[in-house]
Amino acid sequence: MTDDSFSLIIIALLPFLGALVPGVMIRAGRNACAIFTALPTALALVMLLLHAPAVMDGEVIKAELDWLPQLGLSAAFFLDGLGMLFAGMILGVGLLITLYARFYLSGEDPMGQFYTYLLLFQGAMLGIVLSDNILLLLIFWELTSLSSFLLIGYWKHLPEGRQGARMALAVTGAGGLAMIGGMLILGNIVGSYNLTDILAAGEQIRAHEWYVPALVLILLGAFTKSAQFPFHFWLPHAMAAPTPVSAYLHSATMVKAGVFLMARMWPALAGTPEWFYIVASVGLITMVLGAVIALFKDDLKALLAFSTVSHLGLLTMLLGFGTEAAAIAAVFHIINHLTFKAALFMTAGIVDHEAHTRDIKRLGGLAKLMPITAVIGTITALSMAGIAPFNGFISKEKMLEEAVHTVWWENPWIVPALATLGAVFSVAYSLRFIFHVFGGKVRDDYPAKPHDPPFGMWAAPALLTVLVVLIGVMPFLAEPVVNMAATAVTGHETHAHLKLWHGLTPALYLSIIAVVGGAILLALHKPLDRAWIAAPRPEAKAIFDRLLAALAGLAQRISEGSHNGSMSRYLAIFVAATTVLGYLAWSGSAAAAPSRELLPIPPVVMVGWVLLLVATASVVICHRNRFRALVVIGVIGLIISFGFVYLSAPDLALTQISVETVTIMLLLLALHFLPKATPVESGAARRLRDGVIALAAGAGVAALAYVFMLRDVSTISGFHLANSYKGGGGTNVVNVILVDFRGYDTYGEIIVLGIAGLIIFALMEALLNGPAAAKLRNTDYSQDRSRDRHPLMMVIATRVMMPVAIMVGVYIFLRGHNQPGGGFVAGLVVSIALLMQYMASGFAWTQRRQQIEYHSMIGWGVVIAGLTGAGAWLGGKPFLTSGFDYYHFPPIEEFELATAMLFDLGVFLAVLGGVMLMLYSLSRIARYAGETVNVAPMDYDPSQDDGGEGPGKSDQTERER
Amino acid sequence: MITLALLFAFVCFGLGLLFCLWRITIGPDNADRILALDTMVINVIALLVLYGVWKGTAIYFEASMLVAMVGFVSSVAYCRFILRGDIIE
Repeated sequence: MTDDSFSLIIIALLPFLGALVPGVMIRAGRNACAIFTALPTALALVMLLLHAPAVMDGEVIKAELDWLPQLGLSAAFFLDGLGMLFAGMILGVGLLITLYARFYLSGEDPMGQFYTYLLLFQGAMLGIVLSDNILLLLIFWELTSLSSFLLIGYWKHLPEGRQGARMALAVTGAGGLAMIGGMLILGNIVGSYNLTDILAAGEQIRAHEWYVPALVLILLGAFTKSAQFPFHFWLPHAMAAPTPVSAYLHSATMVKAGVFLMARMWPALAGTPEWFYIVASVGLITMVLGAVIALFKDDLKALLAFSTVSHLGLLTMLLGFGTEAAAIAAVFHIINHLTFKAALFMTAGIVDHEAHTRDIKRLGGLAKLMPITAVIGTITALSMAGIAPFNGFISKEKMLEEAVHTVWWENPWIVPALATLGAVFSVAYSLRFIFHVFGGKVRDDYPAKPHDPPFGMWAAPALLTVLVVLIGVMPFLAEPVVNMAATAVTGHETHAHLKLWHGLTPALYLSIIAVVGGAILLALHKPLDRAWIAAPRPEAKAIFDRLLAALAGLAQRISEGSHNGSMSRYLAIFVAATTVLGYLAWSGSAAAAPSRELLPIPPVVMVGWVLLLVATASVVICHRNRFRALVVIGVIGLIISFGFVYLSAPDLALTQISVETVTIMLLLLALHFLPKATPVESGAARRLRDGVIALAAGAGVAALAYVFMLRDVSTISGFHLANSYKGGGGTNVVNVILVDFRGYDTYGEIIVLGIAGLIIFALMEALLNGPAAAKLRNTDYSQDRSRDRHPLMMVIATRVMMPVAIMVGVYIFLRGHNQPGGGFVAGLVVSIALLMQYMASGFAWTQRRQQIEYHSMIGWGVVIAGLTGAGAWLGGKPFLTSGFDYYHFPPIEEFELATAMLFDLGVFLAVLGGVMLMLYSLSRIARYAGETVNVAPMDYDPSQDDGGEGPGKSDQTERER
Repeated sequence: MITLALLFAFVCFGLGLLFCLWRITIGPDNADRILALDTMVINVIALLVLYGVWKGTAIYFEASMLVAMVGFVSSVAYCRFILRGDIIE
């Protein structure tokens, strides 16, 4: 990777890295916070400008890191003229906004948060303009929607802020969704998601039958982002944001993203009639509509918002024309609009900050009170109006020039006429901004006494105003930048000639009409305003809210209709659908002829089969008697374990019998506090339906198994058998699969088991501290009971069994890699050994002798397994690669040590902890229910030779809580 | 000879399993059922040992030991349930 491309990646990353800092630096004060926000921005800007000479010479700097190559997604960046222009604007204005926001935000606003959001947004924008991969571009595109949501809703206490942020997110997010579709189509047409490839394949794209859908979808994304009609309504509502956000997002960056995208895609998509009629028409409508509405807005920021909508429409229209001259004009106007609009937003912010109102009807006469602000505001507003000698004039001339040459639907005058109409209104609202805010007499009813703000606050807009004048008077200064960007847009070298005076052209006459018309409109503003207020017009927010409510209602109806919370309904739908799908798949395929003979059935196996069938049928018949059903389930578990042994799967048999035991105990523990019989809840028809579905599904599975067992099918077993010893170092294939081949699955499973244990614990905790505890305490669970709680025989037997069982557990664990066994079974065996103690001597007695918390056992298990897996990284292998070797210490014969054993230890601990925690949690219920517990090992202790008065009598019992 | 003896034993324990099933099905008492289930476990252990002898391998013997070790625990749990209600007091 060259230095250039490395620096490009750094530029793209800097804002994101910088975003980590302000939240911390705010503790060092507001100035430090602002400085540390400006630092990464400034650094990125300097690094960017170092590339400027090369990029102006037409060089394109590229950088690429593979990300998900299978999807065609790579972190590819490139810097050409257009990217350079936008990146410079984003970073440059970002710096100014950082400065301005430092003085704009008050002491109560969380400034660290603000700067963090700002840098996140900056990074996302930078990503858009530098991406060389459209999938990457989409990611950054969504990131701008998200980070702008945070910025717009920054004042969380204001409902308008929250609603505006939500609306912006909904509209731009929906557009982004459409754009994803469009970009994917585009990528499919070209066969690459690389932007450079796509831009080079313009011919192919435009000739493709999917061109129009792709175009429409991508334009939806661009139009929503750039607030084009009919999606323009979100932008004014987003003005509830703090002014620095409006100045940044809504003049220079976010709303320009859509324009940027159209400019970027220009070589690939532009030049067709579809492009012209969609883009130019939408742009034209937006331009006129935005300008008209702006004139009647009393809120300064709303006026500027609609003016922005109008100017974005202008840019869109110019790009829609599809000619090279129009593209040059668009690029030039992008620069100009940035300079005057950002300054105007900041001016509006200053007025709001000082006068405590943005309502034009309450302002006026500010020129005398805040002269500096007035000068800045007047110059920039004149530029916005397109009045010489400011930069807005030149780009507007160019726009009118292009409009004059444009024929729309064989009609040569409609575009120039409408463009001029837009310009008339544009002049009118700009003049209104000047005269109604700064002009007129000084009033004495401002909410606060206005005066010029501190230097820090007006420095940023003042700098932009200097640019406005400079570019206006000496437009040739901007020529190299415009050429640089326009060359990148059009794909071939352009030669822009920017002059203040073009001679007596039609555009000049139209300009004069616009200025005169605008002045007349302003003079007539009062009666027009009255008419406007009286006129009925659609309220975008109300329509949007209704639409959103309707969509949400529809979604709710669908989800509530299909998810009504009835388990049996879900199961019925699921099982029936699976059965039908299975049948369809089966009936459509031609199975090969059976290649295996049926094996003879030994009589003992037949007996097992009969047992299984009868027991299953009994469960169905007697399931309402819960205890009886549990006993019969015990039969099923036994026969299945037996079957595993018979079919040469001793590992499975061991696991099955242990799991059966633990499950039965869990169910019995729970059953103690539940009704002993299940009531009849469903009607006969329902049960018939469920029965039919169950029988069909069961028959289907049986048929499938039968068919498969009669045929030779290629399976993965062969691979496992072949590689178990040489790859995993174990002869027990089952265990090697668990700890090595599928180690990752096992790792996930023990985590799930641990989580299940912890959840049961947490649920019990919540249950026992909630209202259920009172009910438990007041229910009488006493039944006809044996009086001997802890029979002597059982206590002694379990004590004797304990070391044996533990030893067996250790033995099974140690040999697991080569012989039947392993951590899972060992964990279950040991937990059963412990559970026996709980049953024999009671909860309290055992709990006192238990030193390690089950929670930490789970934790250690997962940690050990995870560390073992991660240890493979040290050897440069992927996660969970196991290593093994053989050792020989004299008294012991040669043995093998495998890292898999450590992993297995983790499994062992997690299983033991998980199982014990579940049973422990359930058995705690009884004590909350008010049962007394025993601290002695048994009720009658023969070693205390005083005739049954030993410890453990009722006076020695303790009662918890 | 040993084959005949094995066959005889298989038949006996198989029949034993079926009789236990009969007891579990008709009851009449839950204690009968638990007893029958425990007997079943013992029969299965026996069958496993017999099968190991039949096949001439030790692997089933070990499995039968394990079944013996944990198999009775659930019987104890069932019993504690009907005797005391709560299996872990």
